[in-house]
Formats: sequence, C-alpha cells, structure tokens
Amino acid sequence: MTGFDITSKDADGMGPRGTKVGLLRVLGPAHVWALGVGIVLVGEYMGWNFAVGKGGAYAALIACWFAGILYSCVAMIDSEVTSTVASAGGQYTQAKHIVGPLMAFNVGLYLVFAYTMLEAANAITAGYLFSVVASMTGHEAPLDQRPFIILVIMFLAWLNYRGVLATLTFNLVITAIAFCAIIILFLSTSGVLGGGIMEHAALFEGHELPYGWIGILAAMHFGLWYYLGIEGTTQAAEEVRSPARALPFGTLAGIMTLLIAATLTWYVCSGVLPWEFLGDGVSGSVAPLFDTARLSGSTALIWLLGFGTLFATLASANGCINDASRAWFAMGRDKYLPAWFGAVHPKYRTPYRSIVFLVPIALIFALGAPLDQVITFSILSGLLGYTFMPLNIILFRRKWPLETIKRGYEHPFHPVPAITLLTLCGVTFFAVFLGYGTQLVAMIGFYIVVSLWFHFWRYRFVNRGAQFTMPWPKPRGY
Amino acid sequence: MDLWNWLEYGAWGLSALLGLYMLTDWLKTDGSYSEDVLMSSREGELEAIAEEHKVKS
Repeated sequence: MTGFDITSKDADGMGPRGTKVGLLRVLGPAHVWALGVGIVLVGEYMGWNFAVGKGGAYAALIACWFAGILYSCVAMIDSEVTSTVASAGGQYTQAKHIVGPLMAFNVGLYLVFAYTMLEAANAITAGYLFSVVASMTGHEAPLDQRPFIILVIMFLAWLNYRGVLATLTFNLVITAIAFCAIIILFLSTSGVLGGGIMEHAALFEGHELPYGWIGILAAMHFGLWYYLGIEGTTQAAEEVRSPARALPFGTLAGIMTLLIAATLTWYVCSGVLPWEFLGDGVSGSVAPLFDTARLSGSTALIWLLGFGTLFATLASANGCINDASRAWFAMGRDKYLPAWFGAVHPKYRTPYRSIVFLVPIALIFALGAPLDQVITFSILSGLLGYTFMPLNIILFRRKWPLETIKRGYEHPFHPVPAITLLTLCGVTFFAVFLGYGTQLVAMIGFYIVVSLWFHFWRYRFVNRGAQFTMPWPKPRGY
Repeated sequence: MDLWNWLEYGAWGLSALLGLYMLTDWLKTDGSYSEDVLMSSREGELEAIAEEHKVKS
C-alpha cells in the first residue's frame, strides 16, 4: 500500500480502497483562497450595509470586527480539523468522524442549503445588475431579468460540470480583480493617490450611534455578510494536491484578505455616503462600493467597480455550486442520501449528478422566492453550522489530543477560539431573532423534522461500516 | 428591438444549449460506464496511503 503513487498520471484519483474514478487532486492554496474569498467578497459589494441601517456607521464597524473575530475562529478551527479530515463534504465529514451520524446529516443539510440559497441570491443579484446596466445604456423598457438569472446558473453549473481546475482558476482571476478594485477605490478616494473625498467627521456628527447600543447588537446579523462563506474552503479538501498545506494556507490567507477588504469597504463607503442612504440597501445604496465610485466622479473607477460587483457576484455563485455539490456528493457516497449522487464523471472527474441535480433547485429559488427570504435562510443555515464548529473542535481535541494524530495545522490558544465562537454565535442568534424571529423558529422546526426523518427512516440505509475512513487511533476514552 | 432584446434571446438560447449539453453528456456517460465504476469513489484514499499516525504512550 505504501508503494502506491497517488501522484501518478495513470492512476491519479484511484486508490487502494477501490476507487476507480475519484475526484481529481489538482488544486493548490491559491484555488482554496479563491474558493473561500470568492464566495464571500460579494458581501463587501452589497449586503453588509444593512448593518449601517440597523445601528449607524460605527455599529457597522463594530459588527464588522466582532464578526471578524467570529470568522477568524471559524477559519482557525476549520483549518485544523479539515487539514486532518481531508475529504469532500468539509464540515459534514468532520461531524461524521468526530460527533456522529445525526450531527453529520444536519451539518450536511446546513451546507447544501446555505450554499444553494446563496447561489440563488447571487443569480438574482446578477440579473438585477444586468438590468441596471441596460437602463444605464439607454434601454427604456424594463429588462426581463429571468434569462440572465438562468444563464448565470447554467453557465456556472456547466463550468463546474467540466472540471474543478478551470472552475476555481476562473474564480481566482475574477476574485482577484474584485479584490484589487476595492484596494484601488480606497487608494483613489482616501487621498493616498490624488485628492481625497472622505468626509467621516461631517457625516458622523450627531449620528454616532443613532439607535444606541442595541443598534450594535442588531447590526451583528448583517455583520456576518462581510465574511459569510469563508468556511467553504473545506469543500476542496479532496481535490487539493496537499491538504495539510493548502487548506490552512488558503483558508487563513482568505480570512486575512477579508478582514482587510471588509475594513477598507466600511472606511471608503461610510466616508462618502450618508448613513441613512448607505444603510438602506433596498431603495438607498444597493451596491455601496459602486455608489462610492460613482460619487468619485471617475469614469474609470465606475467601470472598475461595476465589473468588480459583477465579478464578485459570479465568483460567489460559482463557489457555491462547487461547495453545495461536494457536500451533496459526500452525503450520497455515504448513503445519507441516495447513493446515486455519489457518482464521479470519468472524464471530468466531478460529482456531475450532484451538480446537475442542484441546478433546478437553485433555479426555483432564484426565480420564485424573494431575495431577503433566500438570504435569511442562507445566513441561518450558515449560523447553525458555525455553532457546530466549537463543539466539534472541543470533541476533536478531547478524543484525539495533539500528540495522538498529525495535523496539518494546530490552532493556538485552544479552547479560547471555541468559547469565543460559541459566545459570538449566541449573540448573533439573538440579533437574528430580533429581526427575523419567525424565520429562525421555522427553520429550526424544519431541521428538527428532517432529523426525525433521518433517525427513524433514512439511517437504516447509511453505509455504516464505511463511515469512519481516517487511519486514526481509537479515540481517547473508548 | 434594441441590443438588450437580442441579448435576452441570446441568454435564453445559451442557457438552453448549456442545459442540453449537460443532460446529453450525463445520459451518454451513464450509458457508457457501469454504476460500479461511476460510484466507486471512496473517502480517505490519500490518507490510506500517506498517513501513519502513531499513538505516543
């Protein structure tokens, strides 16, 4: 077994456990970065500014940094566990190995719903962007957004179907352009290059915290937008050449990129746009970075940020298709779902059935559901996933202490990040409850019902003997 | 009809083509390979080869 060459071009993807056609290991740390940052960066271009509406500009900044702490904990914990449990499915596979089947089933569903809903929301946004461009270029009648929404989903699904390397290389290019656009906007408007247009003092005067401290708490709900999806890097685990190196490197570089992008975004937008306009993401500033570019008066910046907004939206939808299909595929492979979904395309080496199956689901939500409901379902599913992570890492360290198994990355100060993450998740649940209590209760009810279905019916079909695949020693205490 | 009306038709057409491509390829693939091959992917192949964990007493 030790003589088997996993890097062989003839036998790549095959393995000693019987894999004849497996996912292709072709990705590097840059692709992992592109997957994580690509999913998230659209949150900088639009969405985060609802936090300003909830509590003012300072509340949005505080929420940005507290959410930054929350996601730094997520990135550190994910990096340690995923560099050790390096398989498609990400947190689902972690839960399967560390907690148990019911937790794994729920986490798998959180992932699929969070990413598929986010994909639908991105497609809706892309359709809206096309309609804005149409009206800006003189098209008088309202543009039918449906063909553009469908085209975004079909094109990105086709790209994902054809191979992971092209998919994430595409994400790398458009994500890098979208990130550079934020940097260039900051340099051009803050006075670093040429004259600055920032008016923080004048815009904040008398509006420091318009709704008091409760506004900061309420802003936490939309503070998640700055980073929502960075945990998606883990879904690339089975397709990276070196999981122990690429996953921690890509994930931690990703969260650092996002902390910079989020803070710059807040600084640039809040220094140019009045908080009442900035905080109204529906009839005020839908795309605040683009609006800031428009106020700068520079045509080049307007074009750059226009393309940045579109690219960020496409990168997010693209990464979501990649991640949702891997989670669905992994659950199918273990028979948590019909095993039929666990197929791999023999030529493109992608989970093609899972990719195609999720297309109509994304289309139904993109064409038939209101954007805010779709986004809320995505956020809540993500938040439930984050709540699982601290429990996961505590159990992981307890069952397999550091000296028992090798890790690609060991996160520092354990259990401080886990406790911090759990506390911030609790605060955010309360913040979500303030604004979307009904949806929160409805969604938890939904997950309870599917858990009962899994426990009393589906679990009998699960491939129990093959669930635990890592060559680890027995957990401590067992 | 202006450019955007043509683009709308183009988007409908291209979406249909991409969808058709995926469906055709899917059916062709399923017809050309056995389920045993298509669903042979197993979790943890790399770990089975590369990882050797030893418990320190």
